[in-house]
Amino acid sequence: MSLTREQLLDGYRRMRAQREFDERMRREFEAGTVPGFIHLYCGQEAIAAAACMHLRDTDYIGSTHRGHGHCIAKGCDIGEMLLEIYCKQGGLCNGKGGSMHIADMNKGMLGANAIVGAAPPIAVGAALAAWSQGTDGVALAFIGDGASNQGTVFEALNLASVLKLPMIFMYENNGYAEFTGAKYHVGGGDIAARAGAFGMPAPKVDGTDFFAVHDAMAAAVARARSGQGPSAIEAVASRWYGHFQGDPQAYRSREELDEVRRSGDPLKKFRERVLAESWLEDSDMDAIDQELRELIDEKVAVAKAAPNPDTEALYTDVYLEY
Amino acid sequence: MAKKTVREAINETLAQEMRRDPRVIVLGEDVAGGKGGTSDTEEAAGGVFGLTAGLYKEFGGRRVIDTPITESAIIGAAGGAALAGMRPVAELMFIDFIGVCLDQIMNQIAKFRYMFGGKATTPVTIRTMIGAGMGAGPQHSGALYPMLTMVPGLKVVVPSNAYDAKGLLATAIRDDDPVIFCEHKALYTEACEVPDEDYTIPFGQANITREGEHVTLVAFSRMVLFANQVADRLAREGISVEVIDPRTTSPLDEDAIFDSVDKTGRLVVVDESNPMCSMASEVASLVACEAFECLRAPIAKVTAPHTPVPAHPELEKEYVPSVAKIESAVRRVLLDSDVKAAATG
Repeated sequence: MSLTREQLLDGYRRMRAQREFDERMRREFEAGTVPGFIHLYCGQEAIAAAACMHLRDTDYIGSTHRGHGHCIAKGCDIGEMLLEIYCKQGGLCNGKGGSMHIADMNKGMLGANAIVGAAPPIAVGAALAAWSQGTDGVALAFIGDGASNQGTVFEALNLASVLKLPMIFMYENNGYAEFTGAKYHVGGGDIAARAGAFGMPAPKVDGTDFFAVHDAMAAAVARARSGQGPSAIEAVASRWYGHFQGDPQAYRSREELDEVRRSGDPLKKFRERVLAESWLEDSDMDAIDQELRELIDEKVAVAKAAPNPDTEALYTDVYLEY
Repeated sequence: MAKKTVREAINETLAQEMRRDPRVIVLGEDVAGGKGGTSDTEEAAGGVFGLTAGLYKEFGGRRVIDTPITESAIIGAAGGAALAGMRPVAELMFIDFIGVCLDQIMNQIAKFRYMFGGKATTPVTIRTMIGAGMGAGPQHSGALYPMLTMVPGLKVVVPSNAYDAKGLLATAIRDDDPVIFCEHKALYTEACEVPDEDYTIPFGQANITREGEHVTLVAFSRMVLFANQVADRLAREGISVEVIDPRTTSPLDEDAIFDSVDKTGRLVVVDESNPMCSMASEVASLVACEAFECLRAPIAKVTAPHTPVPAHPELEKEYVPSVAKIESAVRRVLLDSDVKAAATG
């Protein structure tokens, strides 16, 4: 562990922002204020935070339908994200993308994606752009355990391997593809081994352990930036809530859910570790908690009050010119 | 001016656009060809029909990128590279292969601009081969451009000759929206005069290949050749046929079609695709809905039947709209209107 105090605070802030954001979204959804439907990232925050800390604005990520945490960790503006989730004017996609399509090209965020497994080929394209131009840019795709079965993911792994692209495949095994357990749907049972078969390093790490993800990611990014090719990481972290908010999760036992809350909280684990090591004080993190709570309170209120898109917006942005 | 084939015109345009803009890259299956083989060559093919020949030697393997057979990854990577600032020209060898990568075309690159609120540009060109006539059978012979024409966010180009292929491909590569560039494989050896220097042809501007007074004949891609033959043949009988080549199906030059029908009062549409939801149906419905008062006869459509493309050469010949079928359709609309004129007259 060689993180500075600033890096530790940065990592904690990225995780806490994701938690505060999605817990608030959960309550707002239950209260009926959020349009459409949302997929919460709670329990997996360490993965996005630790991964994106290694990336620059000029590096790219491809995301999933469960993308709020990825956006926040990559630096998307929280206020503009909330405007987008509420489908309002001024949202990151001007209200035309919604929760499952939040994107921000200025932050290298190539979009949350509502088609499971669609983002890895796109992220590979961003890696290919860096490789073609000879920069040290990298790209990363977040891939759920469900997406790990899609042909597009295998195609992306293979192309990245063949061309030795600066690419990182970040599998997030949260235990379930919608309502179906990974124990059932992952043939062979080992996601990391699948990626490994393409000739790239593919460690499996505890996705609730910020430091484990951070270390694995450091190696993958160093390999990518130095032109040695792609890597994969399988980060295992149980999803706290259902596939979408409102999913009653009849497929999970009470015992499992209790255990996830007991042992699967990346923020709690982080705090225990940094306190035990005397790297940070409680007060350091409490201050961040307070600040983010107030920020999100304020931005949710702004989003709710913001104007809807004009009807004319239906017709714009299909083409640049037609 | 030198005569060049469609194949030569496309090859020359790719090279010129790559020289003009370092962001232009070419990727696809065997666009160079030869990697991983036992001979020394790294450019054994230059594309299955030689469309990308010479590019690898000039621009190298980081701009002329041989991919595995992996259409979703090819199209997806082109989309991602475009979002990251490149201008990729991806080759989807046969349009029939959209079945394995349609998500990346329809849900991803076509929608980026819209679903990201106008903040993303996706300057991808997808070059793909269309059409029957080579005995390539049901999965290599489709003319599926109407399927992609209906997708908002895509532009669709269907050149009918080498001059247009060159100018339209340059426009496609320089365009900031995704473009599907449909090359009819039976046209590759067709030649006409093509300037050496680069030029562009704007999308959405039809080319009137034959001017005429009696019948408007709208045709796409290879069908323009057949339509011209029909016009020339009927001209000898004093029947004056106006042939319109829209050149792009999206955007579609509706005004050129309306202007012509306004003049002739008769419309025949020729489309090599299957009949339902075809460009023939689209053009016919446009005129029926928007210019009904101009019509002096029922509209005629000449399309392929509602079947896959058969492999047997005789069956395939029967499948493709022929000069004879087009000519008979033109005579039919003339006859119908003559009958109508007689009845009312």
